[in-house]
Amino acid sequence: MSVHTSARSQSGTARLRIGRRHNPVTWVQRGGLTTLVFLLPLLIIFGVFSWTPIVEAVVMSFQKTNLVTAPVFVGWDNFVAVFRDPVFWIAVRNTGYFAGLALLFGYPIPLVAAVLMSEVKRMKGFFSVLAYLPVVIPPVVSVLLWKIFYDASPRGVFNTILGWVGIPPQPWIQDAATAMPSLVLEATWAGAGGTIIIYLAALTSVSPDLYDAAEVDGASLWGKIWHVTLPQLRGILFITLILQIIATAQVFLQPFLFTGGGPVDSTTTILLLIYQYAFTQSLGGAYGEATALSLMLAAFLAVLSIAYFRLTARWSDN
Amino acid sequence: MERQLTTSIQAELPVPEQAAEPPRRRARRSVQEQADRGILSTADRRRPQVRIVGTILSVALGVCLVAVGLLPLLWLLKSAITPTQDTLAHPLALFPGGAAWSNLARAWNDVQIGKYFFNTIWMAAGEWAVQLLVATTGGFALSVLKPRYGRIISGLVLATLFVPAVVLLVPLYLTVLHPPLIGHSLINTFWAVWLPAGASAFNVLLVMRFFDSLPKEVFEAAKTDGAGTFRLFWSVVLPMSKPILGVVSVFAINAAWADFLWPNLVLKDIGIQPLSVRLPQIQSSTDLGVYLAALTIATLIPVVIFLIFQRTFLRGGGLGGAVKG
Repeated sequence: MSVHTSARSQSGTARLRIGRRHNPVTWVQRGGLTTLVFLLPLLIIFGVFSWTPIVEAVVMSFQKTNLVTAPVFVGWDNFVAVFRDPVFWIAVRNTGYFAGLALLFGYPIPLVAAVLMSEVKRMKGFFSVLAYLPVVIPPVVSVLLWKIFYDASPRGVFNTILGWVGIPPQPWIQDAATAMPSLVLEATWAGAGGTIIIYLAALTSVSPDLYDAAEVDGASLWGKIWHVTLPQLRGILFITLILQIIATAQVFLQPFLFTGGGPVDSTTTILLLIYQYAFTQSLGGAYGEATALSLMLAAFLAVLSIAYFRLTARWSDN
Repeated sequence: MERQLTTSIQAELPVPEQAAEPPRRRARRSVQEQADRGILSTADRRRPQVRIVGTILSVALGVCLVAVGLLPLLWLLKSAITPTQDTLAHPLALFPGGAAWSNLARAWNDVQIGKYFFNTIWMAAGEWAVQLLVATTGGFALSVLKPRYGRIISGLVLATLFVPAVVLLVPLYLTVLHPPLIGHSLINTFWAVWLPAGASAFNVLLVMRFFDSLPKEVFEAAKTDGAGTFRLFWSVVLPMSKPILGVVSVFAINAAWADFLWPNLVLKDIGIQPLSVRLPQIQSSTDLGVYLAALTIATLIPVVIFLIFQRTFLRGGGLGGAVKG
């Protein structure tokens, strides 16, 4: 197509070149080389640091690699080894627990907050800034700060606050039962602002005519929320749900910095296990198992997303 | 998902015509549009019942947002300049034993937060430069020069958006350990964080969408005036792209400041570690007050950047985070 347009825009000599377009000299004269020079940074960076590693990940998952001897193909051994690892099943359960709790805490709160914020006439900008502030604090700092808040002694920050209303001190991240909910609480605090901003933007695009029409039909306040606001937000609500599941399935920072997977593996997630397979002292260097597990996670998320979008597309049609 | 995402990216993008308009006017107009009406109608708002409940709800909302969004940050600021024993004994009291400004100086000098602070800036600056170079040159080649094989490359770039970052973790580590052609490891050099940061499909797609929306007549005019391809890129396309370069820059710097897992893996040498990697390590060996001062210093730059570029964050910030997730 580009050959035709350039030939038309130029004089008759250019038209003669069409037949010889594979000639390297004419390719250079037409700027083919210049284009390639501009593409070079992208091709090198993506080639070395994205495309090749993705292919390598697939290859490595079928290999035994120890960086000393040449890698050996071992078939599905790495996948089998992961499935036989009891910690894998704990990690799957913990990741599911984290994702489930994160949905419970983190999915309705931003929606309610955004709907309320959009109805406030004054100080809307200030409220948005407040809601987004936790998102801009570096994630590592947030976790380290909350680790101090979670101090299990009666003089800890949160335990002091609980003391004001007569609740006894909680062990927070020190106990296997409360560790995961504590991690989810911090993750929700750190992430809710981003979702609120998305919902606020979506709410401004709801046409006022729809509310007018609903009122003409005698809709109450709840009727307007139920029959206008939520259906209008349906598309974005579907997307934030699956994006949140994809993100929480890959949670790493909170378990790594808060608890290191403890107490007694109660917060070991899939990503933490991948990290441990590949890089920690006790297990370290199990690159095959690490890539096998990461590919399984990626495949699971891909299948989940496709199924989810098939399903929601059918709902949206009705 | 792909279609939904790209359309919303387009909606978020500052297109050139809007960019020419003074930003303040744009903001005010959109506020007025929002103010037209929401769920509550003007008649609703006049009803006393709605007014009372509405006021109570908006005050409660404000109190909650201040408590959740602002108080943790204020506590951090307060504790950074409070003596350690006061913070330990009365964490929520306001300066019971006076202030200890020395925490900040001790963190900066004794714990060498100053050094790690500049390491972080150096790391962010390099990541920013590599990302901008790859996204602008690549975006220019793919959406302005349009080679025949361009569609394949755009497709390959887009495809990486759907691969979770964790898949790359191990092979990327081994690539940095034994990079092709160079012959020596990049571990413990800033190149190990700078170069992989450039492979951001999100940036390339953002820049491509913006370049696609630039008027083609300008390119033709520049060519007629005898501008070569490099001149077209440097003197025509780049100056017209300031809004999108700003967006990419803010995201790049913020992401670099937030990154932990990757620098923690490849920057093992304490001398070149950024704050995010160093802070968890010094926790046990540092006096609490000094440690909290260190956390405060690490928070300062991102918060200031946010307060300056609020609009960029609040218009596209959520989206950037969502796509990365």
